[in-house]
Amino acid sequence: MNGMSRIVKKVTQLLVSIIFMYGVYIVTHGHLTPGGGFAGGAIIVGAFALIILAYGSDALKLHKEEAGSSASESLSILMVLILAVIGFFVGGMVFFNNYLPTGVVGELISAGTVPLYNIFIGMEVAAALLTIFIALVIFKEESK
Amino acid sequence: MSELVPLFVVIPLASAFLIPVIGRFVPWFQKSLTLLVLLFLTILSLSYLFTNTGETLAYKVGGWENVEHVPIAIFLVLDGLSGFIVLIINMLGFLSAFYAVSYINKYTAENNFYALLCLMIAGMNGVALTGDLFNLYVFLEIAVIASYALVAFGIERNQLEASFKYQVLGGIASILILFGVGMIYWLTKTLNFADASTILAQHAGSPTVTFIQVMLVVGFGLKAAMIPFHAWLPDAHSSAPSPISAMLSGVLIKAIGIYALIRLFFNVFTISSEIAIVITTIGALSMVIGGLLALRQWDVKRLFAFSSISQVGYVAMAIGIGMIVIARGGSQTVASLAIAGGLFHLINHAVFKGLLFLNAGAIEYRINTRNLKEMGNLAQFMPWTASTSFGASMSVAGIPPFAGFFSKLLIIIAAIKGGFFFLAALAVLVSVLTISMYMKYQRYAFFNKAHSEDRMKIKDVPFPMAFSMVIMGVLCLIMSLLIFPGVREIILDPAVDVLMKSSAYATTIIGM
Repeated sequence: MNGMSRIVKKVTQLLVSIIFMYGVYIVTHGHLTPGGGFAGGAIIVGAFALIILAYGSDALKLHKEEAGSSASESLSILMVLILAVIGFFVGGMVFFNNYLPTGVVGELISAGTVPLYNIFIGMEVAAALLTIFIALVIFKEESK
Repeated sequence: MSELVPLFVVIPLASAFLIPVIGRFVPWFQKSLTLLVLLFLTILSLSYLFTNTGETLAYKVGGWENVEHVPIAIFLVLDGLSGFIVLIINMLGFLSAFYAVSYINKYTAENNFYALLCLMIAGMNGVALTGDLFNLYVFLEIAVIASYALVAFGIERNQLEASFKYQVLGGIASILILFGVGMIYWLTKTLNFADASTILAQHAGSPTVTFIQVMLVVGFGLKAAMIPFHAWLPDAHSSAPSPISAMLSGVLIKAIGIYALIRLFFNVFTISSEIAIVITTIGALSMVIGGLLALRQWDVKRLFAFSSISQVGYVAMAIGIGMIVIARGGSQTVASLAIAGGLFHLINHAVFKGLLFLNAGAIEYRINTRNLKEMGNLAQFMPWTASTSFGASMSVAGIPPFAGFFSKLLIIIAAIKGGFFFLAALAVLVSVLTISMYMKYQRYAFFNKAHSEDRMKIKDVPFPMAFSMVIMGVLCLIMSLLIFPGVREIILDPAVDVLMKSSAYATTIIGM
C-alpha cells in the first residue's frame, strides 16, 4: 500500500495535529467535562489511523510499531493498577483511594487521582485500538 | 480480611498485563508467575472458607460509605456461595496451568496463552465476587473475550470456526444480559444487587420484571449452554487446547452461567414459581438431550462436551426444584437438600469433567488423535492416564464411593421428597445413559485391542501433566467427604445458606 494522493496527504498533515490535540483535551479534562480516558483515547488513535491510511503501510515499520504499542498498552494498564495499589497503602487499605489533594472544583488540576487515571486509561485505550488496527493492516498486507 | 477481597481480581489482572511485558525477556516467567498467583488465590479462598464460616465480607471499592442506608460504592462481596465458586475457579485454574506447563510446548506464543488464562480467571473471579450489576456484565465480558481468543488458540480451520460460532452466540447472550441489566437500572435507578433487590421486591410479578427475567434466563442460559441454546458448546470446548477445555467446561460455564443465574434469581429477584419452572424445564431438557446426543459421539472431546451439557442440566434442574419448592412455600429441608445437591454436583462436575478433558489432552499429546476408534489398549502404556480417567468416569457415572454418586443421590432424593417423581426417574435414566457412554470411552480408549502395532513405543505423559491428573483423580474420590457432617459445614452449607436465606444478602449489604 503506497498511500493516497498528495492532496489527502497534505490534508492529513493539517488535520492530525488538531485531532490529536482534541483527544488530549478530552482526556485531560475528563474530570471536568463529558468524556474522559476512553473517549479521548479513541479520538487519539484516530490521528494515528489517519496517518497510516494516508501514507500507506510501507511508510512505517509496522511490526516494530505493533510491538511498541502492545508493550505500552500493557505498561499503561499496569500504571493504573500501580496507582490503585498506592491508594491501598496510603490510605485505609482501600483500592482506588483518592489520596491526592482534591483542589478546587472546576480547575484543571483538581480531583486528586482522577485525572491520572484518565491519562493512563487514555494511553491504554489508544494503544489497544492502535494495536488492533495495525494487526489488521499487517494481516491484509501479508495475505496479499 | 475484607481488605483482601479485591486481590482475587487485582492479582490475576496485574499478572495478565505483566506477562507480555516481562515474559518477553525472562524465560519461565509466565509459567511461574501464573502458577504462584493461582496457588496463592486457592490458598486465600480456602483460608476464607475455613476461618469465616458463613460470614459475609464486603469490600467497598474506592472507600465510599453507604449514605442513609443506600449503598453507593461498587461492592465486592465474598460470602459462602462466592467463596465456593472462587475456590473452584482458582483450584481448577492452578491444576490446568500446571498441566499446561508441558502441554503447551506444542504451541508457540506461550506468553499470550498464560496472559489470556490469567485474564479469564480475573474475569471469572470478578463475576463471582461482584455485587454490582454493571460490573457483573464487565467481568463477564472480560472472561468470555479471553475465552474466545483461547478457543481459537491453535488457529486452524475448525478452531477458528468454533471460535467464530462461539463469538456470535456469546455476543447475542451478552447483548441480552446488557439489555436486562439496563432494564433493571431503568426500573430501580440503581445497579447494586442489594439496593435493586429491595426495590424489585415492590415490583414482584409485574410484566416488566418478568420480561427482564426472561431476558436474563436466555442470556445466562446461552452462556451456560442449556439445551435450546447449546449449539456453540461442543465445537468450542472440543477445539480449545485441553487445559482450556478443562477450564471452559469445568469452570467457565458454571461461573458465568449457572452462578450468575442463581445469584440474580435468588438474591436480587424475588423467587417466582414461573421462572423456577422454566429453569427446571430447561435443566431437565439439557440433562436428557445432552445425554442422548453424547451417546453417538466418537470424538472424545465432543463426547465430554455433550456430557457437560447433560451434567450441567442436573445442576440447573436441582436448583430449579429448590426454587419451585421455595416459591410454593414448601418444606425448607427439601429445598435446601435440592440446592445442596445442585451445588455439590457443580463442584463435582468441575473436578471430574476437568480431569476427563485433561485425560483427553494427554491421549492427544501422545498419539495425536481424538477419535475413539483409533485408540485402544492405552491402559498398558499410559497407566496414570488410564487410572485417573477410570476414577473420573466412575465419578461422572455415579458409582459409589466416588463423589458423583453422592451428588446425584442428593438430587434424586430431593426430587422424590419434593414430589417430582418424573424428574427423579429422568435423573436415574440419564445416569444409566452416562454409564453407557463412559463405558464406551473406557473400552475403546484403554482396553480394546491396539489399533496398530507402532503404539508399542508410546510412554506416559510427563510429570506436570501426570501430577495434575493424579491430584484431580484423588479429589474425585475424597470430595465424597463434602457431604458428611464436619466437612459439610465448612464448604457446602455456607453456600446453601446464602441461597436459602435469600433476603439476608440485601439486609447485610445495606446494613454495612
